[in-house]
Amino acid sequence: MEQFLQQLASGLANGAIYACVALALVMIYVSTDHLNFAQGEMAMFSTYLSWQLMSWGASFWVAFFVAVVLSFVLGVIIERAILRPLHNAPVLSVVVVFIGLLAICNSMAGAIWSYLIKEFPSPFPKASFGIAGVIGPHQLGVVLVTLIVLGFLFVFFRYTPLGLAMRAAAQNPQMARLVGVRVDWMLALGWGLAAAVGAVAGIMVAHIVYLDPNMMGGILLYAFASALVGGIGNPGGAVIGGFIVGVLENMVAYAGNQIEKATGVYIVGNGEKLTVALIIVIFVLTVKPAGLFGRVAVKRV
Amino acid sequence: MPAFPKKWLLVVIALAVLVPLLHPLFPDTVSDYRLFLVSTMIIAAIAVLGLNLLTGFNGQISLGHGAFYAVGAYTAAVLMDHLDVPYWATVPAAAVVCFIVGYLFGLPALKLEGHYLALATFALALAVPQILKYKWLEGLTGGVQGIVLNKPEVPFGLPLSEDQWLYYYCLIVMLVLFWAANNMLNSRSGRAMMAIRDYKIAADTMGIDTALYKTVTFGISAAYTGIAGALSASAIAFVAPDSFNIFLSIKFLIGLVVGGVGSLVGSVVGGIFYVLVDNSAQAISLFVKNDLGLQFDLSAYTIFGILLIVLMYLMPMGIVGGAYLALRRLRRG
Repeated sequence: MEQFLQQLASGLANGAIYACVALALVMIYVSTDHLNFAQGEMAMFSTYLSWQLMSWGASFWVAFFVAVVLSFVLGVIIERAILRPLHNAPVLSVVVVFIGLLAICNSMAGAIWSYLIKEFPSPFPKASFGIAGVIGPHQLGVVLVTLIVLGFLFVFFRYTPLGLAMRAAAQNPQMARLVGVRVDWMLALGWGLAAAVGAVAGIMVAHIVYLDPNMMGGILLYAFASALVGGIGNPGGAVIGGFIVGVLENMVAYAGNQIEKATGVYIVGNGEKLTVALIIVIFVLTVKPAGLFGRVAVKRV
Repeated sequence: MPAFPKKWLLVVIALAVLVPLLHPLFPDTVSDYRLFLVSTMIIAAIAVLGLNLLTGFNGQISLGHGAFYAVGAYTAAVLMDHLDVPYWATVPAAAVVCFIVGYLFGLPALKLEGHYLALATFALALAVPQILKYKWLEGLTGGVQGIVLNKPEVPFGLPLSEDQWLYYYCLIVMLVLFWAANNMLNSRSGRAMMAIRDYKIAADTMGIDTALYKTVTFGISAAYTGIAGALSASAIAFVAPDSFNIFLSIKFLIGLVVGGVGSLVGSVVGGIFYVLVDNSAQAISLFVKNDLGLQFDLSAYTIFGILLIVLMYLMPMGIVGGAYLALRRLRRG
């Protein structure tokens, strides 16, 4: 039972990370209909930025905030410089540009900071934090931080004029433009926010998966799965999807473990995490493309 | 895009056949190492052609062709290692296996379009190394260690070196495959494939069985890339799961975009290009460090990434398409 609770808790902690990255994906998707294949590598790059700041002597939280702000700026720049001219480009061009971004982020991080795996500190105090035997201090901290970020985003989009303008620009660009919203800048801001949220996820997860240029590959895949499970156009759905997928991932590995113990037959374990994500992605895409909370897209012929 | 003039094609093929025979005259220029490099370019060209059939001619985006390359390579490796099948028989075997796998993957892909298909294949590319390491397959695939093979031996006592023979072997396979692809694209089926790419609804109303064509194209495309995988297993004489990562699929995409989406000649140019950059990355990095004085390890993927983005803006038709347009403009002026 205790083991089950442990798995559940660590599933929730992973889920919090997936929720963040999935939310970043959804933010870009709702405003531009693009799936950002480079989201994971952008987050990885931000994490390296915070690591660099820390190695220059900054404390964790200073490095954290500076890296998040830098990521925001980088996100805005990438949108303005690279993706703006592609608004009406065919899907293949957009996908190719995202893959190009992925390759650049990955290889630049490798070139600047080398491909050696680095340890990443945890900001949460070891003692008197977490519940012994169920959830570790870092895992609890990750869940708390992501919940704070999500709450902040909710308040921002729901209650501020800028948030309203961004939602308007995403939902109906023409009408938003008519009432004086600068739609182009709203898209760029959305990109910046997505990059910043991704950075939070990267910095939080780096302590668990260790820091290296390929650390986000699997996480990005799970984030896509989360966004799909929640319905890819729905931010709230993406968050819930993240937690569902996070728990599901750990439960599948746990169940595989139990089966192996009971019968001696190996079916699934930690080594099949990406395969599980692949199956989730294809299953949702083909069986229920709208996900749990998404709207069913009706196409006019 | 017009067909490559036949006259020139014959000249290129004649050169490709004759140049390696000059080895005794120019031992340094026509070295075995260079021939091996050209062989890997040929293999790359076949793989890019496979992707081009699907993405360029049929309009289905795939970011996961590394998966079919892996299936082809492992099919060949397992057959050679466990069943002592001769290397030349692994090519048709890999083609059949990959056709089936590609056809099966094409069934769910039918429901997906554009970004979603890209996502599904992206997921496939990420998962491939793990699938290859799966415990139940370990007896077959050798797990993390992979499988070590022998290089193809020169048959009939021909007076060729191993690398020379490998080169001719790859060249023959490539010529057959390109000839077949060219014929297919110029047939009714090929026109149907392109019609589906250009306007699926119109193709539907013309009575084309779009579902059948799309899945079969997926299978054929996978078979082509799988053949390239089988050839690479013979050429490198080694397969290991971690070499079939997402970056392999990105390389194919590079070949596709650089050469030209929807161009047979472009597939060759693209294949040659990515092998060249991959192999000279170290030299380029040294150049940046020593001659430009920058303390920076430039890797092949930085160049690939920048090229992917720049080409999308400047030459969306790839280098071959761009060169053709430039030539036409010159002639007109």
